[in-house]
Amino acid sequence: MKFVDEFRDADTAHALAAKIAALCEPGRQYKLMEVCGGHTHTIYKHGLEDYLPESVTLVHGPGCPVCVIPMGRVDDAMALASEPDVIMTSFGDMMRVPGSNGSFFDAKAAGTDIRMVYSPLDSLKIARNNPDKRVVFMAIGFETTAPSTAMTIMRAAQENLQNFSVFCNHVTIIPAIKAILDSPDLRLDGFIGPGHVSTVIGCRPYEFVARDYGKPVVTAGFEPLDILQSIYMLLLQLSEGRSEVENQYSRVVPWDGNPTALKVIGETMQLRPYFEWRGLGFISHSALSVREKYAQFDAELLFHVPGVRVADPKACQCGEVLKGVLKPWECKVFGTACTPETPIGTCMVSPEGACAAYYNYGRMNRHRVKEAVTIQVGRP
Amino acid sequence: MCLGIPGEVIELLPDQPDLARVDVSGVRRVINIGLLTDDPPVPGEWVLIHVGFALSKIDEAEAAAALQFLEGIGQAYADELEALAESRIE
Amino acid sequence: MTANRPGGPTGVDEAEDTTGPAQVGWVEQALREHDERHDHDGHGAVPDREQQVLDRIDRARRRRPKVREERITMSHGAGGKSTHTLIEAIFLDAFRNPLLEPLEDAASLAIGTAQIALTTDSYVVSPLFFPGGDIGELAINGTVNDLAVSGARPLYLSAGFILEEGFPVADLTRIAGSMRDAAAAAGVQIVTGDTKVVQRGKADGCYINTAGVGVLDRGAALGVAYAQPGDAIIVSGPIGDHGVTIMLARGELDIEADVQSDTAPLNGLIAGLLDAVPGVRAMRDATRGGVATILNEIAKAADVGVLVSEDDIPVRPEVRGAAELLGIDPMYVACEGRLLAVVPGDQADQALAALHTHPLGTHASVIGHVTSDSPGLVHLKTAFGGTRIVDLLVGDPLPRIC
Repeated sequence: MKFVDEFRDADTAHALAAKIAALCEPGRQYKLMEVCGGHTHTIYKHGLEDYLPESVTLVHGPGCPVCVIPMGRVDDAMALASEPDVIMTSFGDMMRVPGSNGSFFDAKAAGTDIRMVYSPLDSLKIARNNPDKRVVFMAIGFETTAPSTAMTIMRAAQENLQNFSVFCNHVTIIPAIKAILDSPDLRLDGFIGPGHVSTVIGCRPYEFVARDYGKPVVTAGFEPLDILQSIYMLLLQLSEGRSEVENQYSRVVPWDGNPTALKVIGETMQLRPYFEWRGLGFISHSALSVREKYAQFDAELLFHVPGVRVADPKACQCGEVLKGVLKPWECKVFGTACTPETPIGTCMVSPEGACAAYYNYGRMNRHRVKEAVTIQVGRP
Repeated sequence: MCLGIPGEVIELLPDQPDLARVDVSGVRRVINIGLLTDDPPVPGEWVLIHVGFALSKIDEAEAAAALQFLEGIGQAYADELEALAESRIE
Repeated sequence: MTANRPGGPTGVDEAEDTTGPAQVGWVEQALREHDERHDHDGHGAVPDREQQVLDRIDRARRRRPKVREERITMSHGAGGKSTHTLIEAIFLDAFRNPLLEPLEDAASLAIGTAQIALTTDSYVVSPLFFPGGDIGELAINGTVNDLAVSGARPLYLSAGFILEEGFPVADLTRIAGSMRDAAAAAGVQIVTGDTKVVQRGKADGCYINTAGVGVLDRGAALGVAYAQPGDAIIVSGPIGDHGVTIMLARGELDIEADVQSDTAPLNGLIAGLLDAVPGVRAMRDATRGGVATILNEIAKAADVGVLVSEDDIPVRPEVRGAAELLGIDPMYVACEGRLLAVVPGDQADQALAALHTHPLGTHASVIGHVTSDSPGLVHLKTAFGGTRIVDLLVGDPLPRIC
């Protein structure tokens, strides 16, 4: 068993699609939010919407940790990168995010030492190999990635590395979900719950959604059949009048999460009193910073970080896209002024951004194409 | 960011308890398994890999159960289609 | 000036505001356009609105390319959108002439009574030596292939070297040996060259440029602009081997796998194909930017749609595994010995038969067709059964792979 191909089978998809359609009450519209950017990506990459009836709409949520970083914070990162003798290391996702004066990518072209890494441990390696430089790791991500940053900080402490620090921009998912639920702009029927965040925090944290707001949540895997099955489970709950938290991704997500991962986060990081999210404004206790015990690895203490609040460009509607109020193509500048080559906002430039997913994969008239594909390929 | 892939643990590194070599479709990489100290993986088991760390073990029994459900749906669908086709003939 | 380009200069003056962030000028422009459109839209069901947006985007994409950056970035070398924009906005604009305009892999020239193909390529791959080959072999095969896919019989190559001070002579000897062997295998001769040395730190060991001439004695009219609805698109074998090999050979990712570069001269394979199927419309070798880039070039040049099926695109399991691990799509990963051919639909079987008889074409398969639907766009039917588009990438996840 490879745990991948089995969950991409087209024939099973047709069957699930039929069952989903059968569960839809005639005349009723269903709006389901997939919180996680990785799910948005899968949905578009595999053309999943082709399997859904017209009455089911998927709304893209704010679960893209790059997308929610406000411009001012990007500027802070650029300022760090420009400090003398600094090697800035970052995941590829951050490279094209526009700050007030260009992106990491532009800065790199102009001579700043910015390097793409696949793992925070790679940054440690760079630090060891470059003792005369100061290596900064741009830490981004939800609770999925925070444990890895935490382990890296602890390893750096073990080795007593003198030239390594973290610019911590980890955010937490629950406050974002709550902000969506409290937003008057949206009326959602249910949530396709985050997959990999849940391997760390488990499924319990979502219980308040079902209990206090009466909306079902199903934590979903990332293969297309996982998402289809989760949609099926949500509609089943709705048709039976239930609102519970269910775990479709049980092969990977333990109900209680990963205690070790939570422990190392707790050891090295603490919640910030508040943090600004692009589009959602200031949310309390929604982001992490490095604990005092590990202060020597906190880039915000070691360097001067401008910390200036910068408003999004006037044209940018990322905030509304992140909240699910606008579909990507409804943004005024989508695809014309704002493209992956010339991004104005983060949603177009992060691999998990809804705009990027739609632009790169979904930008077509679904009805016409579906007909054309059926004729060409000869099967439904 | 959510990018997590299943990989099979093929060997533990003897002098580095935190590390294991995994295989993803024939591609091998060393990753850190320090987040799984409660129930460390052994060769043959599968883990979910994310930015160089194993976040969780993949439970084969749960995966089989999920697949069974999906196959069941597929079979039920196929049965229905067959029944539909047969009823047409009459 | 660009009369033959659909859309052409739209009369919209993209006045660049160079005082603030470069985007400001055209952002305001786009907003103005949106508001104008909005006044004319009234009602309209949601699908119509989406279609209007798609149409507006299509018009924007057909506009004359313009380089917005002030400095060259790694994207400009990736073979994707930025590269195409750079070539069209700067080089084509400066050098414009009918022979350059087609922007095919080789230029087709009439000299006296002979029809000659001319091409050039530079090789900056890092590392220089990798499983399956080295920079020397790439330098020969790459240029031979550009000539061969243009329908020419490759004959003579030039080789220019830029060497870094401190580069080991033993490595240079090894590279020259590879080039000798590759040239012999391809049946070409290296007849002229040049050598320069630059200071330590300026050439990453060795850069090579090769130019090649071949003779177009088949009289075939080849070009991606000739693709027509109904044509079949064929790939000669599994994709992505070279790019993944280079990525892993860099050693930065601590990944091991049994992959090697697929670098190979395609002139023999192509001769066999052209002998069997004189109706071939176009051929390309899938290098930087991968198969996805070529599919987009076909769609754009011929103003047709392209529909491919994910199930039919051959990818080795190790290449797929490495690509998954790195989060990249094999369709955008470079090959260095794979042919992409566009042939009339009713000649596809003959084409496959011809390719299968050659050792480099044993896994050749039809991956899709040219359609009349959605001109300029490439659609993919996923293994899962849904549909999505395949666009040019902006940047390149794998820099310096050839």
